[in-house]
Amino acid sequence: MTTEKRLISLSVNGELQAKIVEPRMSLADFLRIELELTGTHVGCESGVCGACTVNINGQTARACTILAVQVEGDEVTTIEGASESGEFRDLQDAFHARNALQCGFCTPGMLMMSAELLTQNSKPCRQEIREYLSGNYCRCTGYEAIVDAVETVAQTRNARVGEQDD
Amino acid sequence: MTNASNDNHLFRPNSYIGRTVPRPNAKRLLNGRGNYTDDTKLPRMVHVAFLRSPYAHARINKIDKNQAIKAPGVVAVVDGHDIAEVCAPWVGVLAHLEGMKSAEQHALAIEKASWEGEPVVAIVASTRALAEDALELIKVEWDILPVVTDMEAALGEDAEIIHESLGDNLAWRRTMDAGDVGASFDHAAHIIEERYISNRHTGVCPESRSIVADFNSADDQMTIYQSTQAPHMMQSLFAKHIGLDTHKVRVICNDVGGAYGIKVHAYPDEFATVALSYMLGRPVKFVADRRESFLSDIHARDHRIDTRVAVTANGEITAFEIDDWTGVGPYSAYPRTSAMEALQVLNFTGGQYRNRNYKGRATVVYQNKTPMSQYRAVGHPIVTMITEGMVDDAARAIGMDPLEIRRRNLIADDAYPTTSASGLPFEKLSHQASLDKLEKMINYAELRKDQAAARERGVYRGIGIATFIEMTNPGVASYGVGGAPITAQDGATVRLDANGNTTVAIGVTEQGQGSETIVAQCVASALGITLDSIKVITGDTDVTPYGGGTWGSRGAGIAGEAAVQAGKALRENILEVAAIMLQTDADSLDICENNVINHRDGEVRMPLSEIGRICYFRPDTLPPDFQAELVATRHYVPRQYPFAFTNGVQGCYIEVDIETGLIAFKKYCVVEDCGRVINPQLVDEQIRGGVVQGIGGALFEECRYNDRGELLNGTMSNYLLPTMTDVPDIEVAHIETPTSESELGAKGAGEAGTGAAAAAIMNAINDALSPLGGKVTQQPFTPERILSAIGKI
Repeated sequence: MTTEKRLISLSVNGELQAKIVEPRMSLADFLRIELELTGTHVGCESGVCGACTVNINGQTARACTILAVQVEGDEVTTIEGASESGEFRDLQDAFHARNALQCGFCTPGMLMMSAELLTQNSKPCRQEIREYLSGNYCRCTGYEAIVDAVETVAQTRNARVGEQDD
Repeated sequence: MTNASNDNHLFRPNSYIGRTVPRPNAKRLLNGRGNYTDDTKLPRMVHVAFLRSPYAHARINKIDKNQAIKAPGVVAVVDGHDIAEVCAPWVGVLAHLEGMKSAEQHALAIEKASWEGEPVVAIVASTRALAEDALELIKVEWDILPVVTDMEAALGEDAEIIHESLGDNLAWRRTMDAGDVGASFDHAAHIIEERYISNRHTGVCPESRSIVADFNSADDQMTIYQSTQAPHMMQSLFAKHIGLDTHKVRVICNDVGGAYGIKVHAYPDEFATVALSYMLGRPVKFVADRRESFLSDIHARDHRIDTRVAVTANGEITAFEIDDWTGVGPYSAYPRTSAMEALQVLNFTGGQYRNRNYKGRATVVYQNKTPMSQYRAVGHPIVTMITEGMVDDAARAIGMDPLEIRRRNLIADDAYPTTSASGLPFEKLSHQASLDKLEKMINYAELRKDQAAARERGVYRGIGIATFIEMTNPGVASYGVGGAPITAQDGATVRLDANGNTTVAIGVTEQGQGSETIVAQCVASALGITLDSIKVITGDTDVTPYGGGTWGSRGAGIAGEAAVQAGKALRENILEVAAIMLQTDADSLDICENNVINHRDGEVRMPLSEIGRICYFRPDTLPPDFQAELVATRHYVPRQYPFAFTNGVQGCYIEVDIETGLIAFKKYCVVEDCGRVINPQLVDEQIRGGVVQGIGGALFEECRYNDRGELLNGTMSNYLLPTMTDVPDIEVAHIETPTSESELGAKGAGEAGTGAAAAAIMNAINDALSPLGGKVTQQPFTPERILSAIGKI
């Protein structure tokens, strides 16, 4: 069952990492166990719930259905990296103010997806927000507060762009 | 509020009671810095994986562990006999559920397995992956036994008896007969009979059940990190069954990734994990994977109910009668039993109505499926579905508007205190005011016009109304009187630190509802300090006062009141010191925004940091016969009422596509009355999240079994949960009827959303389908069932 371990090197949150891993180790387990980046959560282990969503080379991906050996040479950003760089601080603040999280287990994934949505569509309507985030399950909030928070950030960012245009 | 309360700190203009404030502890979760149980990593920690029964009912003839024990990384391979030597079995019954019986249950099955997923062998290895590898090397010789799946067939003469020692598969039965049901049915203008089916579903916590047990044999101390709702209960149970003194067991509950009642039970695999740590003397971690969560987490709501309602020609409901059957798996859950859901169906049905004639029977049977027990809004979704289904049935029979029949039959707002036909005591509810508010909020008259216009176009829309009662603030009547180590009281310890900040330790836990935030709001308001100067500590049996934890909508009403009283007590202690320092009367002083002030004119006399400095560092400057006490502890338990009932009403407007059977929400409104609202945003989000869990059960969620007792959909890809596109925005409004039992006046709000959603949706679907002569009464209300109801398939 165990096959030969392999050396992989990649960038995680801007830090170069070289680790020897089993080929069967998922990226989610690699981040959590090898790098102790426990902000990436494992919910369903089958790519359905979205709790493990991270960013790989600028695109969101499900870390539970990708093997660590598959991201050799890639740039991975997790919730820890995004929080420290402050790249979506406004989303985090809006989630906080609107209580768009309860238990918080889905939240890192929800934030990663929301951030990606706003880079692709700066003026999403509520339905577009719902559709983009529909692969991220939340069991606590009923989702409305999350839609509100993302909508608020989109509007605030647009207003800021509008001011700059003036 | 009354005049007397104007001087009450809780209701002053700068009070935090009734104010939306963000949850301070949510920030770490937003930054990926939460600390869930699986994030715990300890020196020498090993991991356990369980071999679970692949059969719903099978005798274990032989377990061959020889290959597994030699596998790489394996530390121990343990079966039911081994674990029974260190972990005593249990029986899930309570004394106040008279006549209830259940079989002895072990942490790992001995002799036979009774449901698909029952843990049989534990393998401990250096990683979870290696433990799972070794599972494949275990050889079990099974004798497959006949299974019991259908709840009514379970009591049939030829049914396989799951536990021979019990004599049959009956767990518990209770009947109720109030008023004169027979006469009511004899004289009724209409009698409507219906069978309702509530589907078996489960909580699906985003974070699966997780536990790390760390037994240190050097000091005989068991430290357990667990994702749980009830740390003190678990402390008692682990101590009892492993045979340790309670003070040798510490349960730490850090962040919990969703619980919803699923994590308020004691599970065999978690007992096994603790036992393994005791055996091995090192930390052992168990984190359920998603498949084993579906097979081993508590299931709920599997009920079949025959109902009968009597109504007069002018719309007076004169009798309800129900016969409720439920199958709860092979063992009654521990320590809360698997009978509470049926008990609540029996006790609560029809409870919002004036009718005094009520007859019911609840039958709880054993079967070879995953054990059932409490899940959020225990019994309420079933109660509300059948009650409000019966009321709509009655309205349709006499051609009366659904709002009108409710208005005529609900208990009047000026009729309190009163009781239900089944004997539930109601302090004060607001059914009529809530219904009036909902009517306006949902714009009922306009919706009826829209519905009529839509029907002209061949579009089928329906309005569903569901009034409800909700049980919150459970007192000792729920479990304590039955002999379970589950306390109904909660305690709060409030401490002023040397720098003037305040720490609160409290027995409730935080699962995201905002327990810690509302506790801080209560203490801040009672003490007179700002929210940013408070830290709340929960989830550690070594640190917090003894408390019940967070379940049954008890956090705000019970822990909130303990926090208020502790805050008040500390204020008195502080003012006593301040009066000495300022050479004045304590009565002339007050605390406001972290300062001691003059009560009369609000002038600032000194900051609390000065009180802290003097009391901790310069007590020599205080009178020699005076000792300052800057710590206060208070406990609270409701005594006057066995529980605080709340009420409310949900209304939704939906469109049914009669070609596809799909439904779309057009509007969803909820009015609820949880008494004093502490944090409006948190209450609203409890309601919204609750409604969406209710929508899950109503439209999507179902644990599907075949006739061999095998779960067919134990993954998230085929057990459907509501996603963001499946659910509507939900408008929430409140009526506030505080309980006078506590100073705070808060009741719970955690069950209200889930409790009535399925009923409102069912009634809306049936309202939409009524011109087509179709009706659905079986959850989930899938497209297939809707199309079948109108004869399309």
